[in-house]
Order: sequence, then C-alpha cells, then structure tokens
Amino acid sequence: MILVWLIVILMAGGLLAWLAQRWHRASPRWIALGSVLATLGTTVYLWLAMPSATLGASPWLLQYDLPWIPQWGVSFSLALDGLSLLMLLLTFFLGLVAILISWKEIKNKVGFFHFNLLWVLAGITGVFLTMDLFLFYFFWEVMLIPMYFMIGIWGHENRNYAAYKFFIFTQASGLLMLLAILGLYFIHGSQTGTYTFNYFALLNTALAPEAALLLMFGFLAAFLVKLPVVPFHSWLPDAHSEAPTAGSVILAGLLLKTGAYGLLRFVLPLFPTAAVEFAPWAMLLGVIGIIYGAILAFSQTDLKRLVAYTSVSHMGFVILGVFAFNELALQGVVMQMITHGLSTGALFILAGFLYERLHTRDIRLMGGFWSKAPKMGVVALVFVMASLGLPGLGNFIAEFLTLVGSWQANNVLTIFATIGLVMATAYSLRIMQKVFYEPAAVEQPELPDLTSREMLIAAPMIAGILWLGLYPQPVLDLAKPSVQEQLQSFVPSVENKTIVGRQTAFTTTTTDTVYFQITKGITYERK
Amino acid sequence: MSVNDFIHLMPLLILTVGSLVSMLVISAWRNHKIIYVITAVSFVAAFASLFEQRVAAPYTIEPLFVMDGFSAFYIGLMLITALLISMLSYAYFEQREERKEEYYILLILSTLGACVMVISKHFASFFLGLEILSVALYSLIAYLRTRERSDEAGIKYLILAAFSSAFLLFGMALVYAATGTMTFAGIATAIAAFDRLPLLLITGFGMMIIGIGFKLSVVPFHMWTPDVYEGAPAPVTAFIATVSKGGVLGLLIRFFMEVDGFRYPTLILIFTIIAIASMFAGNLLALMQQNVKRILAYSSISHLGYLLVAFLAGNQMGVEAITFYLVAYFITTVGAFGVIAMLSDKDRDAERMEDFKGLLWRRPWTAAIFTAMLLSLAGIPLTAGFVGKFYIIATGVNTQLWLPVAILVLNSVIGLYYYIKIIAVMFQQPEAAMEPRRQLRPSIYMASMGTLTVLALLLIGIGVYPTALINLITTLLHTFSTLTLR
Repeated sequence: MILVWLIVILMAGGLLAWLAQRWHRASPRWIALGSVLATLGTTVYLWLAMPSATLGASPWLLQYDLPWIPQWGVSFSLALDGLSLLMLLLTFFLGLVAILISWKEIKNKVGFFHFNLLWVLAGITGVFLTMDLFLFYFFWEVMLIPMYFMIGIWGHENRNYAAYKFFIFTQASGLLMLLAILGLYFIHGSQTGTYTFNYFALLNTALAPEAALLLMFGFLAAFLVKLPVVPFHSWLPDAHSEAPTAGSVILAGLLLKTGAYGLLRFVLPLFPTAAVEFAPWAMLLGVIGIIYGAILAFSQTDLKRLVAYTSVSHMGFVILGVFAFNELALQGVVMQMITHGLSTGALFILAGFLYERLHTRDIRLMGGFWSKAPKMGVVALVFVMASLGLPGLGNFIAEFLTLVGSWQANNVLTIFATIGLVMATAYSLRIMQKVFYEPAAVEQPELPDLTSREMLIAAPMIAGILWLGLYPQPVLDLAKPSVQEQLQSFVPSVENKTIVGRQTAFTTTTTDTVYFQITKGITYERK
Repeated sequence: MSVNDFIHLMPLLILTVGSLVSMLVISAWRNHKIIYVITAVSFVAAFASLFEQRVAAPYTIEPLFVMDGFSAFYIGLMLITALLISMLSYAYFEQREERKEEYYILLILSTLGACVMVISKHFASFFLGLEILSVALYSLIAYLRTRERSDEAGIKYLILAAFSSAFLLFGMALVYAATGTMTFAGIATAIAAFDRLPLLLITGFGMMIIGIGFKLSVVPFHMWTPDVYEGAPAPVTAFIATVSKGGVLGLLIRFFMEVDGFRYPTLILIFTIIAIASMFAGNLLALMQQNVKRILAYSSISHLGYLLVAFLAGNQMGVEAITFYLVAYFITTVGAFGVIAMLSDKDRDAERMEDFKGLLWRRPWTAAIFTAMLLSLAGIPLTAGFVGKFYIIATGVNTQLWLPVAILVLNSVIGLYYYIKIIAVMFQQPEAAMEPRRQLRPSIYMASMGTLTVLALLLIGIGVYPTALINLITTLLHTFSTLTLR
C-alpha cells in the first residue's frame, strides 16, 4: 500500500499545487516541495527499515496487487526490489533538486509548472515500480505529456520544435513497445489459457526464436530511443537544451534512466536467447554512442547541448554493460544510472545558474569565471571531474565496473569503449577551460557567486557523488539481488547435457559465479 | 402490434411524439427555452424507456425490427449523445437571431433515423431510417442560412447523399434479385447455399458499400466531409460526426455479422483497402489543414479507419472493441466540437488557429478540456481514447491482422502531430491581451461548461477505470442476436 501512496501523493500534490495558485502565488512551490519531501522521506525510511539480510531470500521487498481491468488480466500491480528502491531514491532526490532549482527561475504559471513536474515524477515512479506490462505502458506514456508541456511552455527560444520532436520520437517508439507487449500477451495467453499482463507470469512464456527476436525489437525500440542509443538520439540534444533547467535535470537524470531500467527489467529476463543473439550489435551501438557522443560534445558551443551530448556518451556505457550479461557489468550499469543522474543533473544546473546570470548558453561568450565566482568554480570542477571519471567520485566506480564486466564479454569493443574515457577527459576539461580559466573573449558583465539557496542545492549533490565514489558498497549490496534476478535466465541449465555445436564459454572465476556462453542453438532454461 | 411491440419500440415512439409536440408548440408559441425543454425531456424519456425492456433475449418485430442488447446499447449511446449535443446547441443558438426552434425538431428526427437503422433487420427499415436521418441532416447542415459556407455545405451534402442513396438502393435491388429476399436473415440463408458468391450479389454488395461508405465518410467516399464539417454549425457537425456515423456503423455490423460477410476474401479485401486508405488519407490530409474544424473532419476519417480495423477482425472481441471505441470517440468528438461551439460567436465558428491562441491562459478550464479531448483522439493514456485504441490494437493482434495494425500504429504517430499542433497553439503566449470576444449570460455559459465538464470527467473516468464500461458492453452484447446465433 505504501507504494501506491508514493504515486498518489505526487499526483494529488500536483493537482493541489495547480489549484492552490489561485489563493497564493508561492503556495505551489511549497506544496510541491512538501509532497516530494514526503515521498523522499518514505523511500529513505523503506531503505533504512529493510536490513540487507532480508534481501537474501527473495529480491522483492514489497508487493501490492489490485485487480484493475480483470477482463483483460490487467492488475494494478506494484513491487519494490533493490533496483527500484535505488531508482526511487534517485527520482525523489532529483525531484527535490528540480523544485528548488525552479524556485526563482520559473515565474509564470507556477501552479501549472509544478503540476507537470509532480506528474512527471509520478509517471517515473510508476515506471520503476510496476510489475504489469499494461500498467507499465500506461505510466510510460503518463510521464510524456507533462514533460512535453514543461519543454513546450517554459523552455528556451526553440522550445516548440524540441517539444514536438521529443514527443513524437518517444510516442512512436512507445507504440512499437505496445505492439510487442500485446504480442507477448497473446502468445502467453494462447499457450497457457490465462490472458494476463503480469510480469511474473509472462516471464515463463516459451517463445519461438523469430517471435522472441521481433518482440524484443519492439521493447528495444522504446528503450533505445529513450536511452538514447546513437541512431535514435537526435531528439535528445534539442529537448535537453531547450528545456528549462528543472526539465533538463529530470530528462537527463530520470527519463533516460527509465530506458536503462527497462532494458534491465524487461528485455533481459523476457527475451534471454534473443538478447544474447543481439548482444554484439547492441554493444557495438553502445561503443559507437560513447565515441560519437564524446566527439560531438567536444565540438558544441552551447553549454547545455554540450552536456546533452555527454549524456549520449555516458549512456553508451549503459547499453555496453547491459548486454555484457554479467554481474559486474550490471552493477556498473546501476551505478552509472545513479551517478550519471547526479553528475549530469548538476552540470545542467550549473548551466542554468550561468544562464540566469548571463542570459546565454554560448561558452564562447564566457570565460574567466574562476576568480569572479570561486564557489561556482569549485562546484563545477567537482562535477566535471566526476563526468570524466576521476577516481574517488561515483562515475569512476560505475565506468570501471562496466568496463571490467564488458571485457569478459567482448574484448575488442571494450578497448574502444575505454578510448571514450580519454575523450571524456577532453570534453570535460574543455568546459572548465573555456568557462572558468581562459580569459574571456568579450567583455563580461558582473557575475554574482552562488547564493545560499544555490549552495543548498549543490552541496548534497557533491556529498552524494563523493559518497558514491568513496563508499559505494551499500548501493552495490542493495542492487545485488535484483541484478542476480535479472541474470538468472542467463545461467544455462546444468541438466542440459545435450549442448552440441559451436560454443564459446567465458568463465569468470574472480568474484562471482556467473557463467556466460555465446552459443548457437542452445535453449536456455530458466531456474 | 401487441403491447410488447409497443414497449420495445417505446424509444422510437417517444422521439416521434417529441418531434410532433415540438412542432405543435412552435405553431402556437415560439419559445426557444420551451422547445429545448421538450427536446431534452423526450431524449431523457426515450433513454429511460430503454430500461423497461428485457434485453435478455432478442425481441423481433417481424419483419422489420429486432431489439437486442446490441441495439439497446447503441440506441442508448446515441440518445445520450443527442442529449448532450442539444445541451451544447442551446447556448450556441441562443445568441443567434435565426429561427432556432425548428432546429430541435430536426435534431430529434435525425436521431430517430439513426435509431431505426440500428434496430433494422430488413432493407426497407434500413433505407427508411437512412432517409429520415439524411433528410433531416440536409436542412440541419444548412441551418444557418446567412453564413457564407452553409449553402455550399448543404448542397454538397444533399447531392452526394442523394447520389449515394441511389447507389445503395440499386445495390439492394441487385441483392434482392440474386437472393429473392430483403431480410438480413433471409439473405444469410440464401448466400449460405452458394459455394461462391455470384457476380450479381458481389456487385450488389459493392454498391451498398458505396452507400454506407459515404455515410461513414471513409476513403474514397470522404470528399464531402471537410466542407460539410466546416460549413455546418458546430453542434450539427458534432452530430454528423457521432450519431449519424454510429447508426450506420451499427447497421453495418449487424448486417455483416448476420450474413457472415467475413467468410468472403473479396469483401475483406475491400474493407482492408478502405481502412488503410482512410487512415492514411485522413491523417496525411489533416496535417495540411489550418482550420480546426477541417482538422477534426480529416481526423474523423482516420478514426473510422481505425474502427474498421477492429471490424475486420469479425468476431465478438471486434464488436466489443468497436463499441468501446465508439463510446470514447463519441465523448471526445462531442467534447471537441462542444468547445468550438462554446467559443464561437455570432458571425462565425471558432475554427481558426488564432481563435485558440493562448487559450490556456485566457480560459484555463476550456483549454484543459479541449486538451483532454485532443489527447484522447491521439490515444494518450488516462483518457478513454487510449483504452479504445488499445482495445482495437489488441483485437488486431489477436486476429493477426498485422498489416492494418502496423498501419494503425504508424498513423497514430502521424495523427499525434496535428493534435499536438493545436495544443501547442493553445499554450502560446498571446501577443496582445485578447479579451474574450463576447460574454454569454452566466447561466447559459454554466450549462455549456457543465456539459463539457461532464464529458471530460467521463473521458478520464473511462480512461482510468474502463472495467465498468467493458462489463456493460460484454453483458449487453451477450444478447446480440447474430452473435448468439453463431
């Protein structure tokens, strides 16, 4: 029930914020702040109340089920495991940051803005919690419309184009996923006689190889566009750079993560064989994304666009790790989702601070801010270093784990991915160099340093990224059971003695006991 | 006629009496409010009389009519829609000088025609219903004579409708020549005897499809739609888009189910082509429009295409999907045209993009309702349109109509673009502070606004909790005479 409340609080808070604008201008901000604090508090409480010992038996911490459309086998089914819990913590933390960041930036239609903000958060919460594919699609779409409004109403100059593009890309890919969901639903129904959208029931669907491949592409369409992976990324720079700061933070920090989450939660367990078949291509796409994103990031002059392309590059690591199918890589992916949310979110916030002061996002017009705004400089330095993967900060752990994991799966591509890290150094240092160190090319206006409100936003983010870099163990522990759960289907059954034909086995004996095989023509049995 | 016959025909009789009473009252005393009340009362009474019927088993009134759960549902749906349209019409016509009372008689009559079609099981009653509907619509479309485009729209509809009726009649004659009967059941038994359809019969069916396709405004019989939608007064447009099409669709389903037309690949092929062409033509042409009423006209063409995808499935689930989608589509269309009607002024309807500019800031609630309607047309969750579209796609996937379903999905994306275009216009900041062009009397404004609010709540209610409606549809369709036969 507590899971339902998380969504209900956000939705009700959103409606209340919209209505409350009539009575008092500032009240929407406080209502929004209150509802997100309430959900954040609840999640933290859940986290602290669940000792990691209980995680051993089943990865599921909480479950909630309520029939919704029984005729179609749709239920309002929510469940929480370590992965969802981590994602929720990130969601509400960034939600809080997004509200604080808009405190001064958003001046018109405050009520409607906070309505949209809270409903996006509610949609994302639903996506991370739901265990019913119909409901999943439902929430997947619910988070789109408010985001569309946020970009379209409060964005920068070219907002209409960006909002359109964002909406049509995600909607089109989502519809393909809907087709795949329906395909799975009917195949499962005709096999077992029970028509249901329940995730756990659908996990046991036996699929013909071609059907599995087609259905997987349906799901991949939605997730790869959202992530985004390179040929489908073109909505991202526009949407990120035109959105208001809060919108950019939520887009980069959370919406992209729903794609990664979908890969982990749905693509891997539902289509294990098809995923193995597709893995080399997916990893290749990931590497292309890493390098392509890095190159384009280096050549941008618009600060927000630059940060947007770094997202493309960082998300390449996610898909690389997901399709490596081992625990190390998947742990790396989970870490990457969280640390990227923090570091990129923070960089967008910095861009927002600069825009508020200078009314430009063009880094050619900036320079020499280190002496003028030392606090801002230090904050920027921390997150730029995080973005380039400096040890001691969270992103290093994430990328390191991903690369170690993917090395076991594919050596060549991992080498290329590592080159991406070098390029990350180049584009990250360019930000510092151009904005803070180099003397300005043009006359600069006065630049006030960070105010106490802005420091209040930056400080917890710095603390978070340092903590994740220095002591990531709690996160890894929390994610471990879920990661193993997702990987279950990739351990070929021991009883299956009839494996013949070409096979390559990687056995990783270092830390874990995941056996991974690239094979042709073997059936993987689930435990 | 027995007493039972009377009870089962009660909705139609009440409508007839309602129109007669209105006519007599008008001749005695012209008063908009009184006529409106009579209209509303007759719709409500007709709807209430539906509950008197036992729909457990189909009740036939030989040789013309059959009342079953299916027809009860469709009649109820159309009566409620007509009632809502009449509520929106009141505010719309109140501010116009033209003689407005006759409008309601025509509205009742055309609703009657649509209801007759839904319960008919014989060519004679089918044609009778169609003509009652059409003749009333001719005058409804051109009702505001002084308007620039109303003559054009009226004459266009008159000529094309008469033309298509001729095709329909000729088709019926050919079918009669081939089978020797005019009842649907008789035709079904007659063609069951052929191993392949004779040419005469196929030609007959083809001509009937032309007649029906015209009323449904599917491609390639859609030419009249944008002009008539644009020229007719907004409430009438809402009526054409909903009740008139709903009646014809109900008839089409009944006829096809009865004669089991889904066995014949030729007919399936024809409908597949029509569905695909309607989806594409409707959406692509809508992209190029600047006039909101024309956009909605083209979008209605594509929505009929979506409906035909479920129709192609030709099974119980398909009929349920069509019925569900029709409910969602009715709510949405009436809501959308209701908003247009409410924003219209004396001289013209609010149909240009500028009329909607910045509406979200000038009239937040109206804009929010219109946004909800457009999102429902686009099939976005939380609205009834989403569940309806989902139902149709599910039906298509279930019967493995991969091509139509893939095209439906593709078209949903294209459609999204122009719905979003209208929404984007609504939240643009207006350059100058635009005042509402007129002020309605608060009571009338409240009536329109109340109707629209009810529609919006229904839309979201069905979108969030569709279970109740699905239950209602499945129980009522359970007694669909032709489904139980098979």
